[in-house]
Amino acid sequence: MKKILLALSTAAVISLAASAAQAATKVCFVYIGSKTDGGWTQAHDIGRQELQNHFGDKVETVFLENVAEGPDSERAIERFARSGCELIFTTSFGYMDPTLKVAKKFPKVKFEHATGYKTADNVTSYNSRFYEGRYIQGQIAGAVSEKGVAGYIASFPIPEVVQGINAFLLGAQSVNPDFEIKVVWVNTWFDAGKEADAAKALIDQGVDVLTQHTDSTGPMQVASERGVKAFGQASDMIAAGPDTQLTAIVDTWGAYYIKRVQALMDGTWESQSTWDGLVDGILTMAPYTNMPDDVKQAAMETEAKITNGELKPFTGPVTKQDGSEWLKAGESADDGTLLGMNFYIKGVDDKLPN
Amino acid sequence: MRIELERRPSHSALFSILSPFIALGLTIIAGIILFTIMDKNPIDALYSFFIEPLTEVWSLHELAIKASPLILIAVGLSVCFRSNNWNIGAEGQFIMGGVAGSAIPILFHEWNSFLVLPMMLIMGMIGGALYASIPALLKTRFNTNEILSSLMLVYVAQLALDWIVRGPWRNPEGYNFPESRSFELQAVLPELLPASGRANFGIVFAILATIVAWFMMRHMLKGFEVSVLGQSARAGRFAGFSANKMVFFAFIFSGALAGLAGISEVSGSIGRLQPVISPGYGFTAIIVAFLGRLNPLGIFAAGIILALTYLGGEAAQISIGLPDKIARVFQGFLLFFVLACDTLIHYRVRFKFTDRTSSSVEGA
Repeated sequence: MKKILLALSTAAVISLAASAAQAATKVCFVYIGSKTDGGWTQAHDIGRQELQNHFGDKVETVFLENVAEGPDSERAIERFARSGCELIFTTSFGYMDPTLKVAKKFPKVKFEHATGYKTADNVTSYNSRFYEGRYIQGQIAGAVSEKGVAGYIASFPIPEVVQGINAFLLGAQSVNPDFEIKVVWVNTWFDAGKEADAAKALIDQGVDVLTQHTDSTGPMQVASERGVKAFGQASDMIAAGPDTQLTAIVDTWGAYYIKRVQALMDGTWESQSTWDGLVDGILTMAPYTNMPDDVKQAAMETEAKITNGELKPFTGPVTKQDGSEWLKAGESADDGTLLGMNFYIKGVDDKLPN
Repeated sequence: MRIELERRPSHSALFSILSPFIALGLTIIAGIILFTIMDKNPIDALYSFFIEPLTEVWSLHELAIKASPLILIAVGLSVCFRSNNWNIGAEGQFIMGGVAGSAIPILFHEWNSFLVLPMMLIMGMIGGALYASIPALLKTRFNTNEILSSLMLVYVAQLALDWIVRGPWRNPEGYNFPESRSFELQAVLPELLPASGRANFGIVFAILATIVAWFMMRHMLKGFEVSVLGQSARAGRFAGFSANKMVFFAFIFSGALAGLAGISEVSGSIGRLQPVISPGYGFTAIIVAFLGRLNPLGIFAAGIILALTYLGGEAAQISIGLPDKIARVFQGFLLFFVLACDTLIHYRVRFKFTDRTSSSVEGA
C-alpha cells in the first residue's frame, strides 16, 4: 500500500512538473516556401515572430518550411500534432485535405488552414480580403497609367486570383472607364525567372504598369530596369524597386495569429470561417510612393472608405466579359459568389483558362 | 598536373562490403562538423536524423509511404540501366501512370465494384509502360538519344497532368479549384494496418517488385540477356539476343513499375488527381538505383535509408530547429560519400605530374 501511495505521489509530482514545463502554448506553422522568400511565406513568418514577441515565454512557436503539398504535408502536420502542438497553422491552399485528415485523428488539437474553404470542429479556415487592396491598386494604376493598360502576372486560375484581377480592373475603371488588363498565367506561385519573363513579355506588349499575384520580386526588378511602375505582393517589395513600387498589399497575419492564440489560451477558440479585410488589420497597404500627391490622396481616401465599410469594391453596375450584366447599380456581390468566382468582368484582355 | 581515375585490376571484396559503413562513418563525421558550425548539438541532430523516425510506429508507416515509390521506380530503373538503356524520364512515367489509372475513378466514379482497384493498378502500369515506350521507339527507329527524349517527356507529362486537372477532369463541385473529384472508397488503395498508421499496399508492391526483379536478374534467362546486352551489344548479338527488343523490354519494364508507383501514390496517399502528384520521386529514384548499386536488394535498403533522411530532416527541423537547407546538405553528404567510396573501390586516383607532350604520348 505504501509503495503504491509513493508511486502515485511520485507520478503526481512528475506530471505537475511536466505541466509546469508545458505552460508555454506550442503553436506550429507549416510553410509552403522558404521563410525568406520575400513574399507569401515570409509574411507568415513575420506573423509568427510577432506572435512570439507578443506572448514571449508563454508561447513556443515551431515551423517547417518548404513542405510540398500532398503526402509530405500530411506527414508534416501529423508530426506536429504528435509533438505536442496545440494549434497548427497550415499556410497553403493545397494543405486543405491533409489538414482535415490529420484533424480527424487528433480531435484535441486545433488547426487553422489558410485560403481554403473546408472546416471541421477543430479546423478553422482563415483568409484575407486581398481584393480590397487590389481595388486600391487598380485605382492608382488607372490614374498613373498613360496608356490605360496594366499587365497582370497571375499564378493559377482559382477564384482568389480571378477576384484579384476583377477587383483591380474595377478600381482602375473607376478612374478610367476604358481601362484594360493583359494577363499572363505563369502556373506557379514562386518562380522568379518565369515571373520576370512574364513581366518582360507584358512590357513588350505595351503595358506601363505591372501587378502580380505571384510571390517573388522578379517582376519588380524587371519593372525597375524597364522604367515602368509596379505593385508589390504579400510583402513590401520597396527594396527591390525604390523608384518603382507604387504600393504593395502587405499580408499582416500577426494580428490574426495573436488573436487566435489568445482565444486558445482563454478557452474560447472555436471553429470558424474567417475572411478578414483591411478593417481587421490582416492586410495593410505599404506606403504610397512614386506617384503624384493627388493620386496618393485619392488612394488614401479609398483605403479609408473600404476600411470603414463605405465602399465595397464589388458593387454594380458591373458587366461580365461576355457582355451580360452581373451586378445591378448599387448591388454588392455576396461572399459566396466571390469565393467561387470563375468569370472575368468587361475589360480583361484574356480568355480565362478552364 | 592532371588527376585521373584509373580502374583497379581487381577490387577488394572486403572493402566492397565495408564501403557503405565507411560512407556512413564519414557522413557522420562531416555531419558533426556541419552541425557544430551551425551551433547545434551534433548528438541531438544525428539522433533526430537516424533514430527518432524509427522510434515510433506511425513514423515507420510514414517511412514505408515515402520509401515505396522510390523503391518501385528504382528497381525498374536498375534493370533498364543494367541493359545500358538510360531512362531518365521515370518522373513522367510515374505521372502518366497516375493519370491513366485515375481515369476509372474520375470518369466512372459511380461504378462500385471490387474490380475497380485492380483495373486502376493495371491501367497505371500500362500508362507508364506506353509512355516509356515512346523514347524506346524513337531510339530503335531513329537512333534518338533516349536520355534526352525520356527527360523531355517528363515536362510534357507534367503539363498534360496540369491541363487535365484544370480542364476536363476538374471536380465539378470543387469551386473551380484545380483538382479532380476525390476517389470513392473502392478506388482507394487500402491501408495495411489502419490502427497504427496510414501505410498502404504500396510497400507490398515495392517488396514484390524487388523480389521479382532480383529473381529475374539472378535466375532467369531474361536477366542474363539484360546483363549481356548491357555489357556488350555485340556479344549479345552472337548469343542471338536482339538489342532492339531489349530497348523496348527495358523501357516498358521500368515504365510499368514507375506507372504502378504513380497510381499507388495517387490512389493510396493523395486520394485524387491534382496538378502536382510527385515531389520528384522519378528523379530521386535514379539516385536510389545507384545508391543500391543497381541491385534490387541493395535498392530496397537504399530506398529506406533515403526516406529516413527525409523524415529525419523534418524531425531535426522541429526538435532542434535545424534549417531545412542544412538538412538537405546533410542528405547530400550521405549520397556523396556512398558514391565516392564505391568509386574508390573500383578506381584509384592518380596525380600525374607530366607536361603536355609526354602526356599526349602516353594517351596514344
